[in-house]
Parts: sequence; structure tokens; C-alpha cells
Amino acid sequence: MIEINGLNKFYGNHHVLKDINLDIGEPGIYAILGPNGSGKSTLLKCIIGLVNPRQGGIKVDEVSVSDTHVYRKKISYLPQIARFPDNLRVYELIRLIKDIRNEDADETDLVRLFHMEGEMRKRLRNLSGGTRQKVNMILGFLFDTPYMILDEPTVSLDPVSLTKFRKLISEKKEQGKIIIYTTHIMNLVEELSDQIILLLEGRIIFKGGLAEIYSESGTSSLENAIALMVEKNGK
Amino acid sequence: MRKFIKYSFVDLIQSYWTILYFIFFLVVTSAILYFSADMTKSIVSMMNIVLVLIPLVSIVFGAIYYYNSREFTELLLAQPVRRRSLILGQYTGLALSLSLSFSAGIAIPFILKGIFVSEHLMDFLLILLAGIGLSFSMTAIAYATALKHENKILGFGISLFIWFFLAVLYDGLILLLLIVFKDYPTDSMAIVLTFLNPIDLSRVMIMLGLDIAALMGYTGALFLKFFGSATGIIITLFSVFCWIVVPALLMVRIAKKKDF
Repeated sequence: MIEINGLNKFYGNHHVLKDINLDIGEPGIYAILGPNGSGKSTLLKCIIGLVNPRQGGIKVDEVSVSDTHVYRKKISYLPQIARFPDNLRVYELIRLIKDIRNEDADETDLVRLFHMEGEMRKRLRNLSGGTRQKVNMILGFLFDTPYMILDEPTVSLDPVSLTKFRKLISEKKEQGKIIIYTTHIMNLVEELSDQIILLLEGRIIFKGGLAEIYSESGTSSLENAIALMVEKNGK
Repeated sequence: MRKFIKYSFVDLIQSYWTILYFIFFLVVTSAILYFSADMTKSIVSMMNIVLVLIPLVSIVFGAIYYYNSREFTELLLAQPVRRRSLILGQYTGLALSLSLSFSAGIAIPFILKGIFVSEHLMDFLLILLAGIGLSFSMTAIAYATALKHENKILGFGISLFIWFFLAVLYDGLILLLLIVFKDYPTDSMAIVLTFLNPIDLSRVMIMLGLDIAALMGYTGALFLKFFGSATGIIITLFSVFCWIVVPALLMVRIAKKKDF
């Protein structure tokens, strides 16, 4: 269970997150949507402990995230930008992350799924952006954790890898995990998400299922529904 | 922390820049030793190179390394690890790899020249210590500055200015102060000011070891007068150590409050 209470975050004078209250307890896929700069990544980073909130608190399974780093053992995180040390090889990087987490995991299936067998011994500086994102994906899905936080996981993935991502995320859902992700690809949201959290200028303006967002906005296209809601709320 | 030291050290030791840095010291030290028959002169030349170049390279490399590994640091911090361990580990790995390149680069020619059986062994060891101390100290300063400033150009600019201030401007300022206050006793002021600059401290430390009064300059002579050679070396060494610990503590403090 992730509980967010009265969360406020400022970057300088810029009020990025405004009084966020959110409970995420039911297993399933949660899509955080919103225009650029609405605070999606900051919200995810607050949960993972990368960003310190100004006010309010976040608890993961009753443990306050500002008190300890141990709770992160329960979370897999996939960052928006995949950049790794230039001189390491792919297999060394995977070994390094396992070593740092003090956790063993078998990457064979993931490597095969993304057709990365031939890339494992290459240095990370020699990989293309898309291939680096696949490495990011492997690291994000490697560990068996109850929570997964994915910040724009679909960026620079080719259509084949995108299909594989869909498969992976559905499997994780079936295993009863809580998956929170951000994206700008609406048909992915329509296909995969159980809950939608819509952020606008740092405020949650909608939280609910697909059926609710359609009925509330009076349209059957998610893109239109979101555009209408964003406009209605003053942008 | 050990894991982070290991990873950044292993990553950096394979980098072209670290290898280039090693080759540079190897070539320069060999050339100086080859062209000069007088070991004291060679050591003074090496000292001048070490005092200017090591702070500059450590500052530049420290800032570049932090900004380059910015996104990866984010990924690592999302794992169940302490911020302190990660940041201190990355920094130590970086400072270690720079120190190793430098030490190996200057040690090989000196050893081939027979430094171990020479009366100048102590002087050589002091240069080595000063170089390692400066690598750790200036890398910590660069890392703390880069952590504090998300804007690369600003962080880089401030780091470079710190180097310029400590390596170039500082001595001029001391001289100016001594001239302005020439009617007053300035000995203790000059000593205090030397403690406030790790590069000056390293210079005084090496000179006290060399025991050549003519080359010591004002502050070197003062240190000799106040503390004597052996105590002077120990005090300067300890102060250089403080110049590592204080920026490192500052770095951890900044990292704890930072939003990644």
C-alpha cells in the first residue's frame, strides 16, 4: 500500500506538486497522465525517494519513505532517461545492480525476450538509444518486487519491443503487483490501465477507472476525454 | 560503500582519460629526470607540475564525472542504498583512480632512476602524498560544487574559478595583504592564510621536506621558523587531510538535501 498525504513540492518558487493525497493499495496498473511539466515524474520520484517533499508524507507498506532506504527493496524503478557508465559492459551492469541490491535474479528470459543475447558483452557507450532503453527495461523488470514504478517506459522503444513490454506488464499485473507508470501513448493506457490519475499543474484533477473518465467527459476516446478535462480545469 | 567504490573505480580505470593522465605523468616525469642530473631540481620541477596540474585535472574530471553519471546516479539511488554510501563511494572511486594514474605515472620513472636507494626518497614520498592529497581534496570540492549546481555550465564555471583562485590568485592576494599590512606583524596572518589553501599547504609541505631555505618563499620559511621541519610536515599533512574531510562532509550534506 502506498499512501501519499498532503504532499507538496516546490522547485525554488515553482509549486510543482500541490497537496497530493493518494492511496494506492489494490493490485493493478495505474497510469499517471498529464501534460508536460504537470509533475508526473516528480510524483514518482517522491515515492522512490529521489526527491524530498517540502510538506506531507509518503508511506510504503506503513514505512515512511523519508526514514529509511530499505523500503526500496520492494520497488523496481525504471527511469525516464537510460544512461549508464560508458565503460561497463551490459552483463557487468546487470551484475552490478544485482550486487548493489544484494539480490539474485535471472535475466535470461528478459534478455531473450528483447533479443539482447548478442549485446551482452558490448560496452554501454557503443549501444544505440533504443538498445539502451532495452537494457533499462531488463533492469526494471529483473527483480520480483511488489511495486513497480516506470517513468515513460515506452520512450524510444521500437514497435516489436513495445509489444513485448505490453506482455511483460500484463504478466506482472496477473502476478498481483502494483504498477505505476507515466506515458503519453493513449492507446497503451486504454489497453492496459486499471486506474488513471490525471495531473494538471501539480494537482490531481481526476482519479478513477476508464469507464468513469468516459462517462464524466461524455466521450469514448481517452485522448478527447483528457483534453476536455484539462481544458475544463483551466488550461 | 565498498561496492560503489569498486564500480566507479573499475569504470574509470578503463577510461581513456585516466590512461592518458597516467601516460602524461609517465612522459613528463621521465623527461624531467632524463634532462636534469640534479635530483633536487627534478623534484622541484615535479612539485610545480603537481601543484598546478593535479588540482586542475581533479576539479575538471570531478565535475565532468558527476554530470556524466547524473542519470546513472539516479538509477542507483532508486535501489535500496544510502545516499551517503553512494555519493562517498563514487567520489572515493574517482579520487582513487586519479591518484593511482598519477602515482604510477611518476613512480615508475623515479623507481627506475633508483629513488629507493637515494637520499631523496623522503622528498619523492612527500610529492606523492601531496599529489594524492590534492587529488582527493580537489575532487571533493568539484563533486560538492557539481552536486550543489544542477546547471552544468554554472557548476563547471564555479569549480574552475575555485581552482583559479586557489592556484593562481591566492598567492597574489597574500602578497598584496603583506604589502598593505607591512607595518604590522604579519607572520601569524600569513600562516593562517596558508592553512586556508590546500595547494599552498602542499607546497609548504614538500618544501619543508626538501629543506632548501632559498626556495621556500616567505610562508615556507615561516613554517620552518614556527614549527621546525618535522612538526611542520606533520601539521601540513594533517591540514591537507582536513581539506579532504571537510569538503567530503559538505558533499554528503548537499547530497542528502538534493532532489535528483
